Amino acid sequence: MAANPMSQFDVYRIGPEIKVGAFDISFTNASLFMILSTVSILLIFNLGSKKNSILPNKIQLIAELSYTFVSKMISDTAGSKAKPYFAFIFSLFMFVLFCNMFGMIPYTFTVTSHIIVTFVLAAFIFIGVTVIGFIKHGFGYLKLFVPSGVPAVLLPLIVVIEIISYLSRPISLSVRLFANMMAGHTMMKVFGGFVISLGIVGGWLPLSFSVALTGLEILVAFLQAYVFAILTCIYLNDALNLHH
Amino acid sequence: MVKKIYFQSIFFSFFFIKEAFAAESGGMPQLNPEFWVSQIFWLILTFGIMYLVLSKLILPKISNNLETRKSQILENIEAAEKQREDSDAKLKEYDEIISKSKLEANSIFNQAREKALKDISAKRAILDQQIDNEIVEAEKEIDILRKNAPDKINKIAIETSSELLQKLIGADVNNSSISAIVDDLSKRNGDKYYGN
Repeated sequence: MAANPMSQFDVYRIGPEIKVGAFDISFTNASLFMILSTVSILLIFNLGSKKNSILPNKIQLIAELSYTFVSKMISDTAGSKAKPYFAFIFSLFMFVLFCNMFGMIPYTFTVTSHIIVTFVLAAFIFIGVTVIGFIKHGFGYLKLFVPSGVPAVLLPLIVVIEIISYLSRPISLSVRLFANMMAGHTMMKVFGGFVISLGIVGGWLPLSFSVALTGLEILVAFLQAYVFAILTCIYLNDALNLHH
Repeated sequence: MVKKIYFQSIFFSFFFIKEAFAAESGGMPQLNPEFWVSQIFWLILTFGIMYLVLSKLILPKISNNLETRKSQILENIEAAEKQREDSDAKLKEYDEIISKSKLEANSIFNQAREKALKDISAKRAILDQQIDNEIVEAEKEIDILRKNAPDKINKIAIETSSELLQKLIGADVNNSSISAIVDDLSKRNGDKYYGN
């Protein structure tokens, strides 16, 4: 079982089966790592916001740097109108980042390597952004699909393409994160398996690859969280400041 | 380079996935809907609680901390600026005091110098006067001596000439006639002897 690179993505029940109606909402290893991520986020940021010293200590510095990092990202991409959504985007970024990073620890489970998790997040963002867009601009939000300065002949084609690209946003957003996490972790597992099967003689090369890949994967874990958050900001920007 | 390896290994890994598909009937665990509802439920629960706690409790505190720090730093900078201005003013005052005292010292020195010079010149004037007086007195004495000198010489001349005449001729000559001749001679030749 351990040799199968996909077995690390198995979800299994921890404790008894919990059923609500026809739905199984049992506590699983995925739930465990979601709770671990959120608890560590809350712990770090609670500790980081407790004291307000002029010269911040390390944990306060981490909290404040993250705060200014996300707030700068939002104001750069979506402008000042996106301020009410700061808390959501901050939580989103931190949640994805911590889930990705927890997945980098050996023998852990990567929550974001499951399409259903990323898809729920992306679908929520998609629906939320669409609702915000219609509330802010009414039916004028449909102008998003009609770019200005396009010749009338091309317009039907462009509108169709725009609609398709808009509707595929949740899919691209969720698949990007899920596929990155899954591919990276599978590959690390594969190289780990090579180390075992090639033994002490030939195992050094895949081992060095494995080490390099670990660094790369940590980078990817951060980058994908950043990309997820910044794409959310860009979608939000479309809904808030309609100028296509 | 790293990217190339990365994609190659992804490609490689797909072989393994294929094998995994063949070996186990489950395939990708992600596509097994058994725990989807559970995952959605726990995601909404954990993420929702985290969002609520972050947005209601923690993030306002952090932003408040940042604001207060910013304002405090600004205040401190202002206070520092004020103190700098104060110290500048004090420095200027100090400079003024120093330059003033320098001027004062200069004037005191000048006054002392003038006073000393005045004293010296006054003493010198007194001394000059004393010297002048002494010179005048000495000159007077010299004058007296000079005035008396011809009379004495005349007297000597009269006496010597009367004695000479007595020895040469052996006869007393009347002193008054000799003194008349000597007076007459000294009057005629006085300028030649006394230079006046």
